[in-house]
Amino acid sequence: MGRFLLPLGGFALLVVLLGIGLTLNPREVPSPLIDKPAPDFTLQQLHDSEQTIGTTDMRGQVWLLNVWASWCVACRQEHPYLVELAKRDVLPMVGLNYKDKRNDALGWLRNFENPYDVSASDLDGRVGIDWGVYGVPETFVVDKRGTIRMKHIGPLTPKVIEQELLPLVEQLQGEAA
Amino acid sequence: MMHRALQALLVAFSALLLAFPAQAAIESYDFETAEQEADYNQLIAELRCLVCQNQNLADSNAGLAQDLRREVHEMVTSGQSADQVVDFMVARYGDFVLYRPPVRNRTLLLWGGPFGLLAIGLLVMVVFLRRRSRDSAPNIDEQQRAQVRELLKDAPDSAEPPKK
Repeated sequence: MGRFLLPLGGFALLVVLLGIGLTLNPREVPSPLIDKPAPDFTLQQLHDSEQTIGTTDMRGQVWLLNVWASWCVACRQEHPYLVELAKRDVLPMVGLNYKDKRNDALGWLRNFENPYDVSASDLDGRVGIDWGVYGVPETFVVDKRGTIRMKHIGPLTPKVIEQELLPLVEQLQGEAA
Repeated sequence: MMHRALQALLVAFSALLLAFPAQAAIESYDFETAEQEADYNQLIAELRCLVCQNQNLADSNAGLAQDLRREVHEMVTSGQSADQVVDFMVARYGDFVLYRPPVRNRTLLLWGGPFGLLAIGLLVMVVFLRRRSRDSAPNIDEQQRAQVRELLKDAPDSAEPPKK
């Protein structure tokens, strides 16, 4: 009897480890950018290419950067929640239109409503690389000092917005600039 | 009938020869020096494509992988070292982007784990072998030994192996 205990124990341990592995999401790579300064950018605005939008324009306020594209299927999934969030008017929302065609992007916003205060055109995806974007949609929350405080990979859900994003935004808005 | 079927099969297989092997890295980049090219090839082989996760940048056709290859090429040809390119990637995507993660406290288990398992395996083997050799040794007391000697006394020279 005793001679079976060791292999059995080893097997049980393996099952537990593999079980834990199954509950993890391999797509969620921890970002090294959390608590680091948001990478600077200045880009043309999607709606008016004469004007620019950049990180310096957002200094001193808590803001949200949502990376989206008209070709991105999951963006459509999170879109209604972004629209709803925009209506609550809790923080400025900047869209980073990632590797998209201007006309496609504008058409997409016309069709599905525009939740962004302003969208930046990242046509060649370089700003996306600086921000470590690898799976659109991604959402960042930047604090008043220009530090990235939250990153969410994949579509936002009501649960993430209510339980993570909004409490964090409230806390950050209470912090000194 | 059989003949025709074989013929058809042969034609079908020859058609496979027309298929072109799939190639991921389609861009052709120019380099000023051979070292730069070697750096580039080494880097795209060791950096992970984050979209596909189980492919490196060289193998992946994802849009992000193409962009990152372009980025690596620009950095390498502008005279940056391989370490600088790796730092650039790690600053944005974390250690996960490396197929060869650095040895740190967090990665100790990853690097040391196989050696730990090897040590455990050796330990188990040693214990097992010792126990077996101990068990197979005759377990008799002094009196029994004397009996054995007595019995063997008249036996033919035991130094010689028994003849068949």
